[in-house]
Amino acid sequence: MRYTILCYHNEEITSAWTDEEDAEVIENLKAVNRKWAKNFEPIVRLMPTSAATTLRKSENIVTDGPFAETKEQLLGFYVVNVENLDIAIQIAREMAEANPGGAYELRPIALYYPNGEAIEDAPTP
Amino acid sequence: MPQPPDPDWIEARLVGARPQAVAALLRYFRDLDLAEEAFQEACLRALRSWPKNGPPRDAASWLIMVGRNAAIDHKRKQARLTALPDEAVISDREDTEPDLAERLDAADYRDDILRLLFICCHPDLPATQQIALALRIVSGLPVPRIAAAFLVGDRAMEQRITRAKRRISEADIPFETPGPIERAERFAAVGAMVYLVFNEGYTDANPKTERAKLCDEAIRLARLMLRLFPAEPEMMGLLALMLLQHSRQKARFDRAGAPILLDDQDRTLWNRRQIAEALAMIDKAMLHRQPGPYQIQAAIAALHARADRPEDTDWAGIDALYQALERHAPSPVVTLNRSVAISKLHGAAAALAMIAPLAGTLDGYFYFHGVRGNLLEQLGRTSDARDAFGRAIALANTPAEAAHIRQHLDRLDKDRSGSR
Repeated sequence: MRYTILCYHNEEITSAWTDEEDAEVIENLKAVNRKWAKNFEPIVRLMPTSAATTLRKSENIVTDGPFAETKEQLLGFYVVNVENLDIAIQIAREMAEANPGGAYELRPIALYYPNGEAIEDAPTP
Repeated sequence: MPQPPDPDWIEARLVGARPQAVAALLRYFRDLDLAEEAFQEACLRALRSWPKNGPPRDAASWLIMVGRNAAIDHKRKQARLTALPDEAVISDREDTEPDLAERLDAADYRDDILRLLFICCHPDLPATQQIALALRIVSGLPVPRIAAAFLVGDRAMEQRITRAKRRISEADIPFETPGPIERAERFAAVGAMVYLVFNEGYTDANPKTERAKLCDEAIRLARLMLRLFPAEPEMMGLLALMLLQHSRQKARFDRAGAPILLDDQDRTLWNRRQIAEALAMIDKAMLHRQPGPYQIQAAIAALHARADRPEDTDWAGIDALYQALERHAPSPVVTLNRSVAISKLHGAAAALAMIAPLAGTLDGYFYFHGVRGNLLEQLGRTSDARDAFGRAIALANTPAEAAHIRQHLDRLDKDRSGSR
């Protein structure tokens, strides 16, 4: 069985971390990652929600900012590798036609490790 | 990382909730000192209550409610000592909770925070007072830390902040929800003030000083503004610009604290995470098709950031962006900066011809003579170059700037003795 572990935290707090505090958290997490290396698959750190864009599928409207409704629930996610945001929105629009209703939030990825076990030396995108 | 109910953990929550809580309390009391006192009282109560009862789900709402009630209680006690209780104040307390819950849901606290920041940018206040006030009121930095950042004593800073507060309490800031034009004006003023905070920290060579930490604070404020107003391309541009400039922090100074020019920086020291976030912000801002000075400056910085080596720099792109900046925010300094791109594209003579008309307006500007000296040096006009560098040294704002120009002069002298 595969699980995703979705990470939530208060950005007012995380965005106030210094580089040192941030590095400390990452080091602590790496210790867990090392212990369970065989079980980890893609590991993703997202950029802040200020970098997010949302496509509301039924209205076909692109808005700035994260998807913040509470009526809908997170059901899955894709990782796409594209030249720019325009193309990512184009892909999302085509997916919206295939599967209308709800919204897609497009959030740039800050760190991407395709295989969690290689976290120590994987490059940043 | 500290965990609840660790005091550091609580402290981080209090700092995070501060802009929203003080802004809401200001809207309620319409008095900055009263709002700050109410917030202080709420923080003291949080430190007592949260370790016992656990932290609330929404720290800001908790602090607003508790701060507001505490201030009203205080008012009531004072009223009882002096006169009969004021009926209006008492009845007001009954509906505190439902009213607040409703108001926070309505999301108009965005304008509360914008107002709080805008108050700090009052045009009557000199730039240094604007920054000090914003750091004290919005960021909640203690006075000694702000004093250290400005290299003045605690008492002097305390007085400066008190004076600034008095001045804005005399200026009549409207508390109604702003209209679109007024909101845009507030937004522009707040953006400029945030960038002032950043620039104050940018010149410090040591990243550990209070002054240098102002860069982080400015970035934090810009992120806060974007969370509240996510569709403002110029704020995206400003955040991107600051992230790009800040990404070079570890590469911008040598061990002695002297600045290192972009061409000579070790680019492996640039912070890739900040660059990636800035590029994503620019990408997003561009979809709005509303270019502005911050976005264009960010785009210029981005072209530098994209070049792995100085010789990979897209100078034609930078030239085009400077031309756009000349249209959006014309200034002789922009033209001077553009001349650097021109010298890379068309040679030093073309660049020199371009800045010649600026000699009158920029004669008192350190950087003008530095750029001019550089161009003259490239053309082999050593005696003219020496004169220009001499002018630059006389106009240098810091010993580091003077030392940097001194290196050029030394090199000119060495070349001369070498050719003999």
